[in-house]
Amino acid sequence: MKKWFVLILLSLVSVMTVFSQSGVVEIFSWWTGGGEEEALLATIADFEQLYPNIKVINATVAGGAGTNAKAVLKTRMLGGNPPDTFQVHAGWELTDTYVIPGLMEPLTDYLKLWDVYDKFPAGLIDIVSYEGEVYSIPLTVHRSNVIFYNKKLFKEIGLTKEPETWKEFIDALEKAKAAGYIPLAMGDKEKWEAGQIVENLMVAEFGAVNYNALFNGELSFNDKRLDSALEKMVQLMNYVNVDHAALAWQEAARLLYDDKAVFNLMGDWAEGYFKTLGWVPGEDFGWFELPGTQAVFVLISDTFGLPKNAPHRNNAIIFLEYLASVRAQEIFNPIKGSIPGRIDADPGDDPYLIETAEDFRILAISPSIVHGSAAPEAFVTSFNDAVNALVTTKNISQAKQMILWAAEDVGLVTK
Amino acid sequence: MSVQKKKARAGFFIILPSLIFIGIFVYYFIFLTVRTSTSNWNSFSALVKGEYQFVGLRNYQRLFKDPRFQTDLWNTLFFTLFFLAGCVGIGLFLANIIDKKLKGSNFFQNLFLFPMAISYVVTGTVWGWIFAPGNLPSDPQGINLLFQKLGLSKFQWMWYTSTKSIGKFNLALIPVIIAAVWQMSGYVMAMYLAGLRAIPEELIEASQVDGATGTQIFWKIKMPMLRPITLSAMIVIGHMSLKIFDLIYAMTGSGPNNVTDMPAIYMFEQMFRSNRYATASAIAIIMLLMVAVVIIPYLYYSFRGSK
Amino acid sequence: MAEKASKTSTIVYYIILIIFTIFYILPFYVTLSTSFKPFEEVSIATMWNLPKKPSLQGFKTAYRKLQPNLKNSFYLTIPATLISAMIGSINGFALSKLKFRYSNFLFALILFGMFIPYQSVLFPLIQFFQKTGLYGTIPALIITHVIYGIPITTLMFKNYYEEIPDELIEAASVDGANVWQSYTKILLPISIPGFVVVIIWQFTNIWNEFLFAVTITSDPTKQPITVALVNLAGSQVVQWNVQMAGALLAALPTLIVYIILGRYFVRGLLAGSVKG
Repeated sequence: MKKWFVLILLSLVSVMTVFSQSGVVEIFSWWTGGGEEEALLATIADFEQLYPNIKVINATVAGGAGTNAKAVLKTRMLGGNPPDTFQVHAGWELTDTYVIPGLMEPLTDYLKLWDVYDKFPAGLIDIVSYEGEVYSIPLTVHRSNVIFYNKKLFKEIGLTKEPETWKEFIDALEKAKAAGYIPLAMGDKEKWEAGQIVENLMVAEFGAVNYNALFNGELSFNDKRLDSALEKMVQLMNYVNVDHAALAWQEAARLLYDDKAVFNLMGDWAEGYFKTLGWVPGEDFGWFELPGTQAVFVLISDTFGLPKNAPHRNNAIIFLEYLASVRAQEIFNPIKGSIPGRIDADPGDDPYLIETAEDFRILAISPSIVHGSAAPEAFVTSFNDAVNALVTTKNISQAKQMILWAAEDVGLVTK
Repeated sequence: MSVQKKKARAGFFIILPSLIFIGIFVYYFIFLTVRTSTSNWNSFSALVKGEYQFVGLRNYQRLFKDPRFQTDLWNTLFFTLFFLAGCVGIGLFLANIIDKKLKGSNFFQNLFLFPMAISYVVTGTVWGWIFAPGNLPSDPQGINLLFQKLGLSKFQWMWYTSTKSIGKFNLALIPVIIAAVWQMSGYVMAMYLAGLRAIPEELIEASQVDGATGTQIFWKIKMPMLRPITLSAMIVIGHMSLKIFDLIYAMTGSGPNNVTDMPAIYMFEQMFRSNRYATASAIAIIMLLMVAVVIIPYLYYSFRGSK
Repeated sequence: MAEKASKTSTIVYYIILIIFTIFYILPFYVTLSTSFKPFEEVSIATMWNLPKKPSLQGFKTAYRKLQPNLKNSFYLTIPATLISAMIGSINGFALSKLKFRYSNFLFALILFGMFIPYQSVLFPLIQFFQKTGLYGTIPALIITHVIYGIPITTLMFKNYYEEIPDELIEAASVDGANVWQSYTKILLPISIPGFVVVIIWQFTNIWNEFLFAVTITSDPTKQPITVALVNLAGSQVVQWNVQMAGALLAALPTLIVYIILGRYFVRGLLAGSVKG
């Protein structure tokens, strides 16, 4: 009864807003370069065509892979001067920083009103929810448990089939090593790159359900499977380029393009990078999931939320409804090189994206640690530090201890 | 009121605004940082709520147990030691050569001082590229490539990405120390040069008449005269070194297993990446204490003499 | 203090000087040669080579990207330098010519502010600017540099004025000049060299400063050049020719100041040390 009332009220409000839609809406993001910027501008242009009375203020903050933007956003939110809506990674990056302090509005009722609540996979809705309410709308989706490889070298070292098991993967790495190539290109100058590999190994060891349970506080981090994930990381270190600590992820990915390295485990933004270098997906480079994670989609997603006291709240809601539409998602994602958050949107004609979108529809979803979805930022830095120590000292018990401390610090289970 | 008193009063009132500003922006702010460092403000939500909860020295205790912070302290120690030794050693050495007034010594003097004018950020960017090791042994880069071209391949190593250490001294600090010495040794040289030029000529000439050799003159006459300069140089370089940030941030970051990490970098990360304001403040206060241990005695002795 | 050097030792000295020259020039060489290379020519393998086809492409791109930040740096550095020099001069006058009880102790209290790691005031400072609504603006940075510049400028002027005989001031006050007049009429006109030294020093320091710049301004359109330079490397593929050209652009103003007024620069360095 009460719910109905809210829905009617909301629809009345939105009908009213259709008539009163004018003025501006300020969108805050760190999409300032390359395909991201292009995608954002194309989407804004389309929105302004649909709603000619609403002018979009495109407030972007460049630099430091979003770190500058996050700093500006914190200040604005603290100072009571929020934008109308802002880009944020799905999950804890939003929850811990803004939802728990009570700075965000729940969006569940709107999603239901717009009839899009079930157009996103349940696993993704879980990630963007806190205590049963959705707090942000997913626009883009990236996958991080993908290994890309140089097809020419792959053939040259005598491989015919993509590795499916850990053993096959190690064998393939051995072959690459024997042929004098860098088996696994890694660039962990900014630390998260190595952390990302470990989180994927954790997914492989725990499986999606148990991995997610770690971060729901249902499963203790003090688990043998964490040890084995760390052991596998140590094993992988036999196959990476010696200067990994001096490289950023692009420089590592470029080793594939330069025919120096065979494999690269990286989020699928690397696919977009290979394409800008002029490589053709499926011809010059191939991909497969990290063995053991074939049934899981490790996810990074850009979402948009609604801050309390948004200065142009009505326009913000109109814009969010637009972002949740198939139309907007199909404009934005192919340009950025990501897949739509909605499972009923068309991913475009890139073979990698088509395949990934298909996986996204059917696979279990796990949130990324290092991109802020699974746990608070304080955990992320300590986790990266632990992995960073592991990579150099190969000391598994110490790394595990550091991860346990970090988990304990943010209230996760370690007993 | 006497003229003297009037003047003294005027002097005090001229200084007063500066005293107030320094009082607030230095001493009061330090107090606030101490206060934050003993609080539970270790998440953004705690900060937003703004409820101050005193946790005593817990943040400090955790830091001293934290392996990364321990590494930071060792790194600071060794960095400071070698940075100081490098600057004072090279500075003194070059000052003595320039002081010979060879032809073109002005040119050399200016050249060695040049790096001083440049931002650590620029220096760090450039040296970071020079010392990038490349994928050894097949694809050397930077200085390693230069070594290869000069037939010195056996000197190639991983530079600031090396995880080797001698005791607690991380070898990865060597390229950072080189960059820092490159930047600051000219400054120390200039200080010594001024000191050397202030030594009365008669003193040297008199000892030459007495048959003193160059080495003797250097150790017996020049060095004692230069002692205050050495102290000044060590204070300036030392306090710079204890809070080094820009150079590391631009050149290496914290490096594999924090081999080039410093308290300032860790503090920055805790504050702006992890939202651990209390921990970050504790690091800042520890840094302040390290500097204070050096500076306060120095200020005390500098001002004790002159009333 | 020239001692007569023998011929062999002269040669040895020159060899030593040349070795050090190579060390000091090395980064300049890499920066210059890389910045003049077109993008296609920038590769690790040819890093030590001179550009084959010198090109201004790197500089053009770097200038296009950094031009707003260069402007920010000027907007920040010029007022901050001038204001802090003025304050330093007045303070230096008071502390050297109008000594009062405890003036040395109070001076030491001020001076301590020059040595503190700025990290220890950073968090309250940011909160202060957030509360006053100045956070992220150039004026916030100007205020910061002026206040934390008080110790060093005061020190430099105090040292400078202490060289000037007290009799000059006393003579003026006998002639009936009040304190303010003896400052503006007597001291200020002979302070020009002092100002040059302090201005060069402050200009270089503020221009090159990074910690405040990166923490007080997070909006790239408001950031000074040092921060923008670091961010230049942080995005996508590092174009080293642009990066190095950017580094040169960022260093250029201070280098020019240094080349023109180098003599004063050395003096400034020395005045900056607490006591010789």
